[in-house]
Amino acid sequence: MFTLFEQRLKSALLDVQQYVILSAAALRASVTRPFYFHDVVEQFDAIGVGSLTVVALTGLFTGAVLALQTGYTLDQFGARPLVGRLVSASMVKELGPVLTALMITGRVGSGIAAELGSMGVTEQLNALRALGTDPVRKLVVPRLLAGVAMVPVLTVVSDFLGIAGGWLVASVQLRVASSVYWSSITEGLVIEDAWMGLLKPFVLGFVIVTVGCHVGLGARGGTQGVGRATTKAVVVASVAVLAVDFFMTKLMVFVLYP
Amino acid sequence: MTAGGRSLRVRPGARGSAEADTADDLAEQSVTREEAFGPGSPVVVFDRVSLAFDEEEVLRDISFTLIKGHTKLILGASGAGKSTILKLILGLIKADRGVVWVNGERVDQLDEESLMAVRADLGMVFQEGALFDSLTVRENVGFRLYEQTDQPLDDIGRRVEGVLGFVGLSEYIDRMPSELSGGQRRRVAIARAMITKPKLLLYDEPTTGLDPITASTVDDEIVKLRDLESVTSIVVTHQLRDAFYIATHSAVPDDGRVRIVPATGEKAEQAEFIMLRDGLIVFEGTAAALRESADPYLRTFLS
Repeated sequence: MFTLFEQRLKSALLDVQQYVILSAAALRASVTRPFYFHDVVEQFDAIGVGSLTVVALTGLFTGAVLALQTGYTLDQFGARPLVGRLVSASMVKELGPVLTALMITGRVGSGIAAELGSMGVTEQLNALRALGTDPVRKLVVPRLLAGVAMVPVLTVVSDFLGIAGGWLVASVQLRVASSVYWSSITEGLVIEDAWMGLLKPFVLGFVIVTVGCHVGLGARGGTQGVGRATTKAVVVASVAVLAVDFFMTKLMVFVLYP
Repeated sequence: MTAGGRSLRVRPGARGSAEADTADDLAEQSVTREEAFGPGSPVVVFDRVSLAFDEEEVLRDISFTLIKGHTKLILGASGAGKSTILKLILGLIKADRGVVWVNGERVDQLDEESLMAVRADLGMVFQEGALFDSLTVRENVGFRLYEQTDQPLDDIGRRVEGVLGFVGLSEYIDRMPSELSGGQRRRVAIARAMITKPKLLLYDEPTTGLDPITASTVDDEIVKLRDLESVTSIVVTHQLRDAFYIATHSAVPDDGRVRIVPATGEKAEQAEFIMLRDGLIVFEGTAAALRESADPYLRTFLS
């Protein structure tokens, strides 16, 4: 029993060690030559443009349902006009970054793990190395740069569409005047909120991509192993997103709102 | 004496077998660069190499030397450690003990970045080909040139067409790997491996899973590369028919065409067999010596 626990602990620690080594190697490779510009552009398109629809719809419906749910609750306090303020604060500070990150995890993190895992089990990664190309530079760095750059952009899109979705519900269903909705947003939001909502996605993008790459590169055991890696990437990255979000929020509340 | 910035040391008379006791022994006798890279110089030296995965010992005190222009055919049952030797040569895995020299570099000590320079002179044909499935045949074959050189695209295109012509697959240049048969994939993998004219080509089970006719076309490519392009080769296989075919045939140019003919005595001696059993070398010698061996394990394997 103890031996089994010891083995699992060792395996987990080894996993963390390898994750840190991969992340450090990717960061180092992203600022040194050779640099695969074409692959970076390709990944910006795949991760950024490719995720636009799903992120936009997620943001839109989240903002809409948030307005719907909170509108009637606020009514009990006679605060229905403040629905815009509540929707915008929730979307910008928390729901935008986290839900976007979770959607990217489902769409991109799993895809990265499956793609790299398949390459691993079919010896394509070894073939890449044998051909003199470093898989970290060729495969990990472009995805990392695209993830770190595009998750914040997608978060902004999600935030905006979430607020727009809230406005639709507020004006059509809750009968809140548009001018009231938008003015409550501009009065309620402060620059610190924007900082909080914009800094988180950089870190979350890094986490999603590095977890996907780490799990994918470590996939073993044929197609079944690729399937396991894909599931593991989504589970680990999703939990990591929520955990990182919590700790970043705690830190940023301390720093930004003293 | 240095080769590529690192010491290359070989023991005089090491041709055919690596008998040096340690790397330090090897270090005592250095050779000149001309000797090191001239005819008869070693391209690969394994000196008492051992490797274990967890508790399982895969290779035990493996020593051999591969001379420039020669061929090593590594035989053995599944799990005997054959493919591991190729991965050690490429530096894809590191030995637990022992020394591995490749083209004058100690690959067992190099980091990943330095290994890239060593791999530039090597070509590897993986089992099943390991072609990049999202790239066309053209992009697979020209991968090294597209990714690592500044050559004009037209020049790369011509070179790709040239090597695909060599393996007889010119018309498949714009196909995806999934549209090729098993034999065609192996031949594309050979074309990819030879695109930069490497000094050493490694073949991992190049004919496994292929029908005899397709396998013989792959064998012919290996023989042609060795004899017409002077490529030193290591072939890992458990297909005896193919191993003996490669060892006992040679390619000769004949009026603009290439003929595969039985190898002469000297040529046949340049192909040496290594038989692995449970991570140990149990036989090293020519095809004739292997056929004549009275060792019960070898007899069983050959029967």
